[in-house]
Amino acid sequence: MSIIYFLIGCSVLLALCFLGAFFWAQRSGQNDDLYTPSVRILFDDEESPEK
Amino acid sequence: MTESTFSQLTLCYHCGDECNTTAYQKDGKQFCCQGCQSVYGILAANNLCSYYNFNDHPGLTRTRTDKRFEYLNEPSIVKELIDYTDGSLTMVTLYIPHIHCSSCIWLLEKLNKFNPAIFHSRIDFLKKQLSVKYDSKHLSLRQLVELLFDIGYEPAINLQDVIKKQNTIKDNLVQRIAVAGFCLGNVMLLSFPEYLGLSAFEQNFKHFFGWLNVLFGLPVVFYSGAEYFSSAWHNLKNKVLNIDFPLALGIAVLFLRTLIEVATNTGAGFADTLCGLVFFLLVGKFVQRKTYHHISFERDYRSFFPVAVQVITDGVEKPIPLAELKVGQRIVLRHNEIIPADAILLKGDALIDFSFVTGESVPVNKTLGEIIYAGGRQTSEAIELEVVKPVSQSYLTQLWNNEAFTRQQDNRMATFNERVSKHFTIVLLIIAFGSLLFWLPNDINRGLAAFTAVLIVACPCALALSTPFTMSAALSIFDKNLFYLKNTAVVEQLARINTIVFDKTGTITTAADNHVSLVGQLTPKQAQVIYSACSNSTHPLSRMICHYFGAAEKLPVSHYKEAPGKGITAFAGDDEVKIGSGRFMFGQYDDDNNATKVHLMINGTYLGYFAFRQNYREGLQQTAEALADYKLFLISGDSDHEQGGLLPVFKHTDQMRFNQSPQNKLEFIRSLQYLKAKAMMIGDGLNDAGALKQSDLGVAVTDNINNFSPGCDAILDGRSFSKLPAFLHFSKNTVTIIHCSFFISLTYNLIGLSYAVTGNLSPLTAAILMPLSTATIISFTTIATHFAAKRRNLA
Repeated sequence: MSIIYFLIGCSVLLALCFLGAFFWAQRSGQNDDLYTPSVRILFDDEESPEK
Repeated sequence: MTESTFSQLTLCYHCGDECNTTAYQKDGKQFCCQGCQSVYGILAANNLCSYYNFNDHPGLTRTRTDKRFEYLNEPSIVKELIDYTDGSLTMVTLYIPHIHCSSCIWLLEKLNKFNPAIFHSRIDFLKKQLSVKYDSKHLSLRQLVELLFDIGYEPAINLQDVIKKQNTIKDNLVQRIAVAGFCLGNVMLLSFPEYLGLSAFEQNFKHFFGWLNVLFGLPVVFYSGAEYFSSAWHNLKNKVLNIDFPLALGIAVLFLRTLIEVATNTGAGFADTLCGLVFFLLVGKFVQRKTYHHISFERDYRSFFPVAVQVITDGVEKPIPLAELKVGQRIVLRHNEIIPADAILLKGDALIDFSFVTGESVPVNKTLGEIIYAGGRQTSEAIELEVVKPVSQSYLTQLWNNEAFTRQQDNRMATFNERVSKHFTIVLLIIAFGSLLFWLPNDINRGLAAFTAVLIVACPCALALSTPFTMSAALSIFDKNLFYLKNTAVVEQLARINTIVFDKTGTITTAADNHVSLVGQLTPKQAQVIYSACSNSTHPLSRMICHYFGAAEKLPVSHYKEAPGKGITAFAGDDEVKIGSGRFMFGQYDDDNNATKVHLMINGTYLGYFAFRQNYREGLQQTAEALADYKLFLISGDSDHEQGGLLPVFKHTDQMRFNQSPQNKLEFIRSLQYLKAKAMMIGDGLNDAGALKQSDLGVAVTDNINNFSPGCDAILDGRSFSKLPAFLHFSKNTVTIIHCSFFISLTYNLIGLSYAVTGNLSPLTAAILMPLSTATIISFTTIATHFAAKRRNLA
């Protein structure tokens, strides 16, 4: 049963990684604008020839 | 009458406005004006016409083509505007009100196709902001702004931006929620085995889990929940008992009891309740915080006035920042510029549009030597003025020196939450100490257990959440109906209003389009003659006449003569036209005060006149009737010629005040408040700013929320004006909902207390009771609010 000590250690470590990733995203401003990227992704890279 | 000559309307390819003329064409596309056509030209030249493929008519109408950005050459102004520069690489963030569709994003993020010195441009769509990185060695800020202007996206640069950058609240609430959520998840996992029961040989795990729980509790208490302690301490120092005090007490007791139980190996502690409590409280805070990035509630005259003004010294024009403008300086104002300070007219024809100061939409003619008050907009040619008062001391802006603008907002009504939590805290402490004293003589341990259990179970989590969740649901209902509130506290203020004061022009009348009617008969030929003459004039009334006729063939116009603000004489084709005011035409004033008239005469024959009447907002009468349980007042800067027309709405002449200065309006609100009225001011212009600030609730009405509106608590879109009674009634419903949810949470507290006073509170009971009450409150408030909105036809 002592494997539980190890497993809990692993799970907490993993969770801390995710928390760290969230902090990083928040700090670098990735959550500042939650709308514009959703529009931006729909544009084609190449200019379409004029209709 | 005019169908034969005036073809069906064509829409401008760029902006979608009606084309009143066929003069502007390019590549087989029709444009309404030179400006729109040139924007199209620029885009076509840079192969960026896909702009028009994403949306129909994405542009902004460009009837104005003059650029005035000389002031952006001033290094002192530039320095204030840019975010960062290292000499060459420069970053700047500009607010562009016109950003409204995907075409805007597409075009503005391709700025480097126009100029390679622009490295990078990014849009924040909701904030309507464009951030640009560019090489300032090869492109000046002025050139950048002019480029944006040329492609139809003029940034709004005003004094308020220069003086104080938008101070966005940058705290770490989201991070604190993340930490609390992270700890909550782990603690729940670790607490679960305890609830299911651990067998004898698993007892060493119990110890391990307990300490892990304490460990996870640490960041929750000292990072996520820290502000509750500081807030409670701060309030105690000011001798105020607010809801943060029992919350902080609950958090502290939960943590200490967990720590002691784990350390002495006497129990599992309440770590899961602790984490859950802090997590839900912070979520409540997050929900309550709603921000409208594109609306500013804090504007004053500085965001209306220009950043810089052209000053003549020794015959040379030089732009200087407005703050450095001094009395005695000579300034030049061009077409469409705003007069920044009270000044005497020295040269030129002044035709000033005071619509923002007085609400009157028809421009006023001023003669040489007359004092022109700040805030007017010059609508004819360039004029020269001498400043007689500093910017902050002028007739209009001195309003902001009033104490209403300097004092803190502490006379606002205390919220229900604040009033209740005081009593709640006192009762809670009495019960806690009562149970401690009751058990103390026999069983110290049990006494302490009961004492802490009371503080834990009565921790007003649900109480603290009911207001944020109800209010944020209400706020989103208002938002959906184009009524934007500054924050959640405004909903409660709205519910307590009993007196409503309306401004007239722009508030109960629509500022933009007056109602045009033609009195008299015109043949198609005559209409064409009048249209041709009027199309040469930039006077707003001439424009409205042109608009009235729609697109038409223009006849050649000769001998064109315009007396600014008075009338026009010209030859269109072979006919002599004379159009203008009664005084201009016959040398006498019009008797009728209800409408502005423009008389028409062709070849000396009088043909009738155009009447321009102000339009009242739709449903004004019904709105006033639905507000029967409120006291209504009208306060206007105008003369009283509309009193008769408004009598059915306001019932009594005592309730209407005319000829009121901005200062009078403020005083009137104060006198109402002196009589213990809870006054709501509804206004639109700078002249209402004082009254809006002084009132218990200031609402600014606007037909375009991107336009300037004075500082206020809420902004109402003109289209929703008739929903005002529904808004007021709905706000009362939300307060009732908050009261109900208080009772629900109190019931839960009582159930919990009945366990707690005996000293037998098990961690499991607390862990179930806390989230259960929270879930009940959240679902009750959300559902009830939406139900109430449906009943008021707002959902």
